[in-house]
Amino acid sequence: MSRLIRMDHTGHTTLAEWTADDPEAVEAAVRAFRAELDQGYFGMVSTGEGKAEQVRDLPVDAALVIMRLPISGG
Amino acid sequence: MATEILTEGLPERQAVHWRPLVDERRLQRTAALWTATTSAHTVPIVAAGAALFAVQPLAVPVSLVSLAHAWVIPELYAHRGANVVRPKPPRAGAEAERVSVGLLGDLIGHEARALHAQTGLVMERAALGVWLIGPAGALLVRPGGRRVHCYCVRVNDPELPSGDRIAHLLLALRTDEHGFATVANLAFSGALWRVRRRLPKVVRPALDTGRAAARAMDRAANG
Repeated sequence: MSRLIRMDHTGHTTLAEWTADDPEAVEAAVRAFRAELDQGYFGMVSTGEGKAEQVRDLPVDAALVIMRLPISGG
Repeated sequence: MATEILTEGLPERQAVHWRPLVDERRLQRTAALWTATTSAHTVPIVAAGAALFAVQPLAVPVSLVSLAHAWVIPELYAHRGANVVRPKPPRAGAEAERVSVGLLGDLIGHEARALHAQTGLVMERAALGVWLIGPAGALLVRPGGRRVHCYCVRVNDPELPSGDRIAHLLLALRTDEHGFATVANLAFSGALWRVRRRLPKVVRPALDTGRAAARAMDRAANG
């Protein structure tokens, strides 16, 4: 089961869960992912130890997709 | 569904497009500039104190004040650097903090989890050195473990729980280390021992662990 989560004031919120063989769940996850992008979040996936990549489309085969906010110098 | 991986680095770099990308050479130049600036601030004061003592030994109190002044200037800089990882009271509730630390724990290994539980900082080995990441800043311990760069960098939402704030920085760092160091604001660059003295005691073990990892990195790089 793959998960789309957003880091927020609650710690994190699970926005969608899907399996690749469930088109309806995938479509719902894609909609949730795009809605977060529209809110200014960035989609992130881990790609191995110490590595992460930003994604513009929901990677359906990823186990975990994390939405993060922009960072800046303080 | 095709997945598009963005390869141009951190999108946040667009907000500081005038900054040159931080790389190994630029870090070395920055370190040299900080050393030169600190020397320019302190050496003349030390020299003036010594000269005054040589001319008039009875003026030793004034000479001592000069020496103290020369000591305090770099200490103030180091204090500013240490402030980037100084623990602050959490603004989020206890449950949000617990949940956020759980997610952070899923992103890091056992060693980093234990260090975070002890010190509040997450250690991450990368190409430029060993990073120690807190909720509102990060320390970069350079290979060899003698110099540290202190960066003020944070997610633009102070209400987030601390684990999430660290996770934001960690994911950005893992995406583009050079871009991360470019986006962050440099607060101090100098001797690790000087920063360590200014850190709260609870945080110092993180810097000690980072120094050991940076020394190991240097040994591995030099065969």
